[in-house]
Formats: sequence, structure tokens, C-alpha cells
Amino acid sequence: MTVGTAPASPLRPTLEVVDLKTYFHTRAGVVKAVDGVSFALAPGEVLGLVGESGCGKSMTGFSIIGLIDPPGRVVSGAVLFGSSNLVGMPEEELRALRGNRISMIFQDPMMTLNPVLRVDTQMIEAVQAHRDCSRSAALGLARDALAQMGISAPEQRLRCYPHELSGGMRQRVAIAIAFINKPDLVIADEPTTALDVTIQAQILHEAQELCRRNGTAMIWITHDLAVVSSLADRVAVMYAGMIVEQGRASEVIRAPLHPYTKGLLGSVPSANRPGARLAQIPGMMPSSLDPAPGCRFLGRCSRAAAECSTMPALTTPIPGREVRCWRPLTAGQQS
Amino acid sequence: MTAALSVPIVEARDLSKRFVKDADLAERLVARLGTGSGPRVVQAVDTVSLAVARGEVVGLVGESGCGKSTLGRMIAGLLQPSQGQVLFKGEDRAKLAGAEAKAARLAVQMIFQDPYASLNPRSRVETIVGEAPLVHNLVPRAKLPAFVDETLTRVGLDPGLKARYPHQLSGGQRSRVGIARALAVSPELLVCDEAVAALDVSIQAQVLNLFMDLRETFGLTYLFISHDLGVVRHISDRVVIMYLGRIVEVSPTLTLFEAPNHPYTRGLLAELPRISYEKRQFQPIKGEVPSPLDPPRGCHFHPRCPSAMPRCAIEVPALKAIAPDHYSACHLNAG
Repeated sequence: MTVGTAPASPLRPTLEVVDLKTYFHTRAGVVKAVDGVSFALAPGEVLGLVGESGCGKSMTGFSIIGLIDPPGRVVSGAVLFGSSNLVGMPEEELRALRGNRISMIFQDPMMTLNPVLRVDTQMIEAVQAHRDCSRSAALGLARDALAQMGISAPEQRLRCYPHELSGGMRQRVAIAIAFINKPDLVIADEPTTALDVTIQAQILHEAQELCRRNGTAMIWITHDLAVVSSLADRVAVMYAGMIVEQGRASEVIRAPLHPYTKGLLGSVPSANRPGARLAQIPGMMPSSLDPAPGCRFLGRCSRAAAECSTMPALTTPIPGREVRCWRPLTAGQQS
Repeated sequence: MTAALSVPIVEARDLSKRFVKDADLAERLVARLGTGSGPRVVQAVDTVSLAVARGEVVGLVGESGCGKSTLGRMIAGLLQPSQGQVLFKGEDRAKLAGAEAKAARLAVQMIFQDPYASLNPRSRVETIVGEAPLVHNLVPRAKLPAFVDETLTRVGLDPGLKARYPHQLSGGQRSRVGIARALAVSPELLVCDEAVAALDVSIQAQVLNLFMDLRETFGLTYLFISHDLGVVRHISDRVVIMYLGRIVEVSPTLTLFEAPNHPYTRGLLAELPRISYEKRQFQPIKGEVPSPLDPPRGCHFHPRCPSAMPRCAIEVPALKAIAPDHYSACHLNAG
């Protein structure tokens, strides 16, 4: 029991990622997909992990839950979940955690749903795999889980095959399965990117509700800053395998410290005056294959200086904010 | 900026497109017994009229399956309408012949969402960009290399890339090749079908800026099809909202975002993910877009509409002017 209602409560964090490194050893060289990522997540907290394609945000999610395939490998770092370290944990123990204490939601629900099994079969299996429970009790849980995701007529949907459902409905089923065992942590990898805005809003709403109700911590991986700004408590911005900025969502969006974050915000059309030139970031993200030693944003940064050719460390210029930049933006430069 | 008095560059008059799914063997057998329901018909676009003035940017917005791409393809001349006409500079395009028909076809070019699907993977960039002007005798063969260089430079591509194949380019570069190919035949109207949807925000900002620059330099007219209201708000002078094959609202961009009239537009705007400084509560529109195979009677939106009346389920609302240049198809406006 803790005193106070602040979301950053002194509770033990649900998840703590410490200096995680996932490298892919290819014939062409070493791809440093995730290169020293650290963050912590409190119970019930939503972290938005933001970045562009290829920045390593999905690989971070996969590394946490142990889904990296060769030639990729978590080469160092720790993923502390409860009292255990998920890095190097035997596959059997990881299996017991996945779908039970930690779940994952993918962009394409057809990746999670088995096309030749009915929804009820899959949901019952998800429950019975992790606890001793009768078929009818599991079916009841499945029905409740679908109803919580805002699915009307859950009885009928349970008897459907995935192809009989619309895209939005399939994603709802996938999310219902992810939450069915009331996990401590859910990793959502761009779950609404392929959906229409009205469906996206419904799903964001329902996922937000479920986290609040169950105290589930969630990592919402997305390229869409607008989604994160309205959903997440905290934001971590990734660039070329590293977190370049982290802090409370409202503060990062209002006053970014890293030039990349500022560039990303300036690129979003809805944040700009209609018709005005968008503040574009020149160039594109460098390859993570054998990266140069300096700041990874160096080639695209308008504030680059001599010191930027060595890698900056994560600093805390303001309490609760972290930034990896030699020359972070100061008050007047942020908008 | 819009010259209201001149003849629109392109005009759709009562345009409809029906896709008919032919009956398979089982259905034909049932039909022979006299109990079948006949061939299945999707009314993708239902009596739509739309005029685009010279120099204007019209944003066409709707969720998947609303018929926006079908309408765009009919206007670009890639699909034959089932009913209605497309007028090009006041003349029915179906009645044009010979050189006039060819000129009308060249004057309207299309830019697609997926450059992987629209660029021939076996052609080099120079062939992709140079083929059409050569075939149409717009550029003599001897001057072609210089012409290709110039076209690539216009869209911000290094002419040094012209010997590459599409797979050797990044997403942003591929999308620029698609734009260069369209520009190579000096079009007057560009139909952009989700042209920036697949790009990362920072690359999307670069391409949107390019569209705005090209408009200024060449006086281009755009029909900009997108599901992303933020992008459309940024680039368009006028916005057309479609729902299940029909236009529900047409309005100047500023008016639409300040005073949307149709309940569907209001719902869409409320759900538009935007950069916000605080976490917010989502208030989604209920339900999903119904199947276009079996659309609701009356107003297509009535099953999801918060202010539906008995009349809405019976009578199709007409698109009526509610203010100068502002049209909406809703019975609520009838008073």
C-alpha cells in the first residue's frame, strides 16, 4: 500500500530493461538493431515507444519477450520482470510467462490468430494453457473478454473463424486474448496502424480501459506521435537503435529536448498551420549496420557541432527527463 | 485562389461504379432452382458528382471501402464508370477520340500508395521515368537522358540514381520516382491515391513539401485521396468526405475543420489522432462501416449516427448547400 495517487508511485516497477543490446550477426557485418536501451515501467503505466521504421522499436519489444530469431541475439543487458531476468531464461519458463504474465499484440492479427481454429477454441486454449480451469469456465472468461473489448454479440463471434471477422474485429479478438489472463505486461506492436481511424479510436479506448482496470503495464510501439500523445503516460523516442529521449508524454511533446524529437513533431501535419511548409528533417535514418562512433543523428541534425562525433551519454538535464544529446534544446528553441 | 468561373479541369457527373461478382457453380445451380438471389453487386461509388477547378487541391477522405480510390481511378481514366460521365475541361471524355483522347489521358496522371506495386521491379529508374514521354513523342530520343535528369532533379532526386532498380532505393526515394514518372508527361491534374500513407513521418513531411512546391512551380491541380485527415487538412483547399460510396460532405478545408456539419464528419474529426499535451479519453463512434455488399437503406450512416431519426432509415438525404461552397447530405439540415 502506498500513500498518494501520483502515477509515478514508488511501487516496484513491473518491468526494468537495463542496457539491452540485440545484435544481428550477418555476413555483411553486425547490425546493432537495439543498442543499449534502458527503461522501467510501473504497474498500470503506458509507455509509448516511438520511432520510424528500422529504428529498433519492434526489436526492443521482441527482445523483451524473447522472440529474437537467429542471426539475431540479445548480446548483453537484462530484462528484469518480477524477480527474474528474462534474458537467458530457459525457453520452457519463458513459455509459461508468455500469454500469461506477458502478452504481445501484433500489427497483423492474423499473426496471432490461427486461421483454421474457431475463436472460442483459441481463447479457451489460451486460458487452459496457463491455469487449471474447466472448459465452460474458460468459455465464460472468453465471452467476458470479448464483451470488454466492445464486441457486440460475443456468443456469435466466439463461433466464428478469423476470416469471417472484419480487420478491426480480428484485432479486438487478438487484444482480448492478450488480456484474458490479466497479464502484468502487454507489449503492443503497432496494433492500430492498419485500421481505420474510427476503429483505431475504439481500440485505443478499450486498451486504455483494460490497463486502468487491471493495473496492466503496457508498451505501445508506434510510429505515430499523435496516438502516443493521447494514450501514453511516458514516451521513449528511439532513433537508430537507441533511446534518444524519454520522459512524461505531456512534457516531451510540449518541450522536446532532442533535435530529432522536435523534428518528428514538426513533421506531423496536424501540428502545423495548414499549408505551411512542414519542418522536415533532411535525409534519412542511417543503417544500423556497423554504425559510426558518433551521435547517430549527426548527419541530419541542424545543431551538430564538433563534440557530436563522439557518442553522447544519456543525461538528465531536467528531473524526470532523459536525453542523449550534447546540445539539448533549451526553453526558447523547443517549438 | 480557386477560379470559380472557369470551366473545371475535371468534373464527375452522377458517376457510379458497380462491381458484380459472377455467380459460381453452386450459386448458378441454386439460381436455376429459382431460389437464388442473383449475382452479388457492390455499389462502390453511387451517383457521385464532383468538380475540380484548375489549380485547386481537393482532398478526398473516407475509411477503407468507402469508394474513394474507385472514384479516383475513374477520374484518372483507369476504370470505366458503370454510369455517369467524366468531363475533362467541359467535354465528355468517353466521346473524345484520337489525339484529343490521348491528350486528355496524359493530362491526368496518378500516383499510387505502394511504390513496390506500381514501379516495375525490372526497370531502371531512367526507364520508368523516361518511357512514357518517349512513347508519346514528347521528348526526342536524343534529349531523353537530359530530360530524365531534369525530371529527377525536380522531385529532389539525385540524377546519379537513375541507373538503379526500385529495390535499390529507400521508401522515400521510391515514392519520388513515382512522382517523377507522373510529372514526366507534363500533367495538369495529379490523382494521388494515399501517396504518403506508407511513409514515415519525417519522409512524409518531405514528400508533402514537395507536392506543395510542385503545385506552385507548375500550377498543378491535385485530387488528394487519403484516409488521414491531418494530411488532408494540411494540403487541401477543399475537402470531400465519402461514406460507403456516397459523398456526405463537401466544404472548404477551414470551414470543415471549424464547423463540420455531417454527423459522420464530426465523428471523424473527434477521433482524429492529434498531438495533444495531455492524455485524453477516447469517445469513439459506435460500430463499424457496414459491408458495401449490403449497405443500410436510407442514409448509409444511420445505424451509427447519434442523431438518427426514423426518416433516415427510409430516405436517402440529398447533398444540399448549407452555406456557400459548403454541402452536406443530412436530413438534420432539412429543419
